[in-house]
Amino acid sequence: MGPLIPNGIITGDWNFVIAILLGVAFGFILEASGFSSSRNIVGVFYGYNFVVLRVFFTALIVTMVGLMYFDYFGWLNLSQIFILPTFWQPMLVGGIVMGFGFIMGGFCPGTSFTAIAIGKIDALLFTVGLYVGIGIFSLAFPLFADFYNSGNLGNITVTDLTGIDASWLALAFTFIALAAFWITMLIEKKIRKKITDYKF
Amino acid sequence: MDTIKKENAPHYINPYLGGVLLGMLLLLTIYITGRGLGASGAVKSTVATTAKIVTPQDAKANAYIGRYITDDHSPMYTWLVFESLGIFFGGLLSGVIFRRVGKPRIEHSSKISGNKRLIFATIGGILFGIGSQFGRGCTSGAALSGSGTFAVGGIIVMFAIFGTGYAVAWLFKKLWI
Repeated sequence: MGPLIPNGIITGDWNFVIAILLGVAFGFILEASGFSSSRNIVGVFYGYNFVVLRVFFTALIVTMVGLMYFDYFGWLNLSQIFILPTFWQPMLVGGIVMGFGFIMGGFCPGTSFTAIAIGKIDALLFTVGLYVGIGIFSLAFPLFADFYNSGNLGNITVTDLTGIDASWLALAFTFIALAAFWITMLIEKKIRKKITDYKF
Repeated sequence: MDTIKKENAPHYINPYLGGVLLGMLLLLTIYITGRGLGASGAVKSTVATTAKIVTPQDAKANAYIGRYITDDHSPMYTWLVFESLGIFFGGLLSGVIFRRVGKPRIEHSSKISGNKRLIFATIGGILFGIGSQFGRGCTSGAALSGSGTFAVGGIIVMFAIFGTGYAVAWLFKKLWI
């Protein structure tokens, strides 16, 4: 029963080989979907290209629904999987700062790695920026250490918070995503007529 | 006109296919490792490694980076560093197959100069780097892998990133369209 490595079914020696292989698949999917171009990515914010929303929401549906099936068939012990801890105040602020970084830089970290691979200098500088930013954060850390650790709710899920079963959440999200696909398709059609300086 | 457009159009896979593949990959990753995907963690390891080499004492004493510094192995020896190397090579593989690998170049809107694009790319990277530390991960580790596993923090980060993007998009419109 999964997860395989934590349960010792695959030994830790394979860990880094698996990391590279999963990374290759990740990078391939990001690049092939068009995320090696910042102009494709930010299209989601201006309405001329919703590829980010389509890929992201579809992936979330598959993951959420998939986890329910893996649990149902007894393939995966959900109590053993990592749940990102919630520190709601710093994570909210962090997300806002990343939002600014996203619209100004046009990439997020993973997509910038794939864009460097195909020769984008802007992506290279974005990654250098990441490095500088994390360096600044580390040096300045004592100034905001208390804030960084504030709002700690532990490793909670939406189910823990609301009492709603995860399978209902997955179903609800699926409907939200389908509605979003349809609405954004209509918006995109309208806005693309007005945009000439961009190849689709 | 249509044929010219088609020839010049970049060959991307269908976004819903991309999403299904990405979701299946994330499921597989969780099934094997018990955790999701990530990207910013590898840059954090690089910062820790630099600190360890340049100023070993300060690096160990640093309240944030210090916990990644050990005597027995380099901070580069982590799962996310290997995975991120994979991301690069996976991107390269796709770029080769779909013929997008080219000379070093700057992609920018015709309304701004290449230098302006580079300046904003750097500032964007710095902000994303800082934000990802407060956010306990970036779009991959927090927003995607976190939300996919129903983690409240992941959903907060996802809404904060995209909500902010929409809220301030008009300020940076000239950079893109």
